[in-house]
Amino acid sequence: MKLGDLSLSQLRQRLADNDLALRTGPFVTRIHSPMVQVADGLLRLYADFPLDAGEFQDFHVRVGPPPGLRRWLRPQINFWYDGHSPFKPLPADHAFALLEWGLNWCVAGHAHHYLMLHAAVLEKNGRAVVLPGDPGAGKSTLTAALMLSGWRLLSDEITLVDRDDGLLVGLARPVSLKNASIEVIRRAFPDAVIGAPAYDTHKGTVAHVQPSADSVARVGEKARPAWIVFPRWREGSPARLSPHSRADAFLHTASHAFNYSLLGGLGFELNAALMDACACHDFEYSNLDDALRVFEELAA
Amino acid sequence: MNCHPLLDILRDPARMATLDLGDWDLLLRQAGAAGLLSRIAVQAETLGLDARLPDAVRPHLTAARTVAAKQRQAVRWEARRVAQALSDIDAPVLLLKGAAYAIADLPPAAGRLFGDIDILVPHAQLGQVESALLLAGWHTLKQDDYDQRYYRRWMHELPPLTHIRRGTVLDVHHNLLPKTARIRTHAGPILAAARSLPNLPGLSVPADTDLVLHSACHLFHEGEWGHGLRDLVDLDAMLRQFSLSPDFWPTLLARAQALNLGRPLYYALDSCRRWLHTPIPEHVIATCPSRPPPWQRPLMRQLFDAGLSSTHPSCRGRLVKLATSILFVRGHYLRMPWHLLLPHLLHQALRRNPQQT
Repeated sequence: MKLGDLSLSQLRQRLADNDLALRTGPFVTRIHSPMVQVADGLLRLYADFPLDAGEFQDFHVRVGPPPGLRRWLRPQINFWYDGHSPFKPLPADHAFALLEWGLNWCVAGHAHHYLMLHAAVLEKNGRAVVLPGDPGAGKSTLTAALMLSGWRLLSDEITLVDRDDGLLVGLARPVSLKNASIEVIRRAFPDAVIGAPAYDTHKGTVAHVQPSADSVARVGEKARPAWIVFPRWREGSPARLSPHSRADAFLHTASHAFNYSLLGGLGFELNAALMDACACHDFEYSNLDDALRVFEELAA
Repeated sequence: MNCHPLLDILRDPARMATLDLGDWDLLLRQAGAAGLLSRIAVQAETLGLDARLPDAVRPHLTAARTVAAKQRQAVRWEARRVAQALSDIDAPVLLLKGAAYAIADLPPAAGRLFGDIDILVPHAQLGQVESALLLAGWHTLKQDDYDQRYYRRWMHELPPLTHIRRGTVLDVHHNLLPKTARIRTHAGPILAAARSLPNLPGLSVPADTDLVLHSACHLFHEGEWGHGLRDLVDLDAMLRQFSLSPDFWPTLLARAQALNLGRPLYYALDSCRRWLHTPIPEHVIATCPSRPPPWQRPLMRQLFDAGLSSTHPSCRGRLVKLATSILFVRGHYLRMPWHLLLPHLLHQALRRNPQQT
């Protein structure tokens, strides 16, 4: 059964009853929430995802109002991981964004059977591109644009490297866009399904793009890494790739990874194997169409 | 004691092979909340059970073992830095608790998670030790004058030291309990009986009996029960192995008498036996040097049971909130007499604490 097979009221009921287990790639998460924003967001962005009917879930999360009188004055929202809340409460209208951050936190904080890099990853013709990117470098914009033009999305935030074979494992969860990039994607891809924006978060305005049906359907297919590309959006710059040293790419991905040092020697081996498998590039761009053309040539 | 399946598995890890997926779902959550997931994961591997466990479960155990291996490596590395920093100190420097288990490869070390490093040094050398650690980068952070006075005047340890580059925390003790505590004990015999570590010159660990007594006194004298079950598992693991030596029990009882730690030992033995089925002979508990009067025992059991079951919602009974508040107050009551405690709590309540905003 898919999440989209439920009506909004059925979905709300099951979320309120703690009776919804969602599968996203290798993880099953039980989601408990009385919030209509959470039901809305899930129905809009996760409709193609399978529900899990098993007895075992990897993560148990809840998004709901914190206890106390604040709920009447200026309603707030918090995230609980199996009864424990790792974050501070947020304004209630950030409920869906908080769920997304919470799901990232679940994976990044627990899935140490993978090497987890802080990077987006997409695949085309059997080869995957890993996009590490500093905040504001235009990584998510590029990720959304590539996905909406036919690349298969594995993840926009966490690159999972399988410790047994070094292949990349997908989550296919929605792409998080910030501030101006929301409008950029809306204009370039008028058909893209984008969730309700959350305003004034610590990252500014945030909205999520629905993953493509192909990405969700093929989430179980691991991808072979082929390129590491460091994107940088720069006003007026033509779209062009230039070589990036492998040693530097290694250091950058290692120092930005979620669990590189935790994995010890294995982390080194896995990241080194990833570098060996990849051509490393810098990529500057200003215009999205030109950027997509360059990636089209890369994957050809 | 309603913490199943976690308790079943702590008592008999081989039963992991019999759990169904629903049991595993709850076990991983209970064990994760109690800080015992890595321990269970290491036991599954040691017993060769991994291949027989459900596919959905195995990644969690692999991840938990990865965390434990990293922490063990980190605590060993950090202990070597401490040894280096204190190499000129002409006095025993003892690792306590987690660091001692890890470095001396004691039974609780398997799959254990570690927090701060604790060391014990003679009171007379405290100044030298602090200066040497300061030179090596360990400083007291975020402590105002009041905290400094509070620790140095009343406590059994220096204010926590944080390494300026690594951010690791070191607790330097000169005794097991605060100067103001209801129970008076002394560190002299523990320092004198310490066992030096061949692989780490300059550092030692307490004798087996003293490791048990320190762990017991830490758990049953404190007001914080967040790691209660984990600490009880430490005690269980030590008792099971140390008691293989025939003179362990009499030595332990005599030592508890000498160090004036009979009462926490009684609570530790009683709780270990009831919670984890630790094989402790009846006569050992019956001859423990300080036992509560019979009318108190059911009450104290209820309190400690609540503390030990407070880690995960599925374990908590009806009165856990009340009981944990009582334990919290008890912890403070045992720590200081009222004429010191009340002004201290008042100060803590009224201060504007920048660390907590």
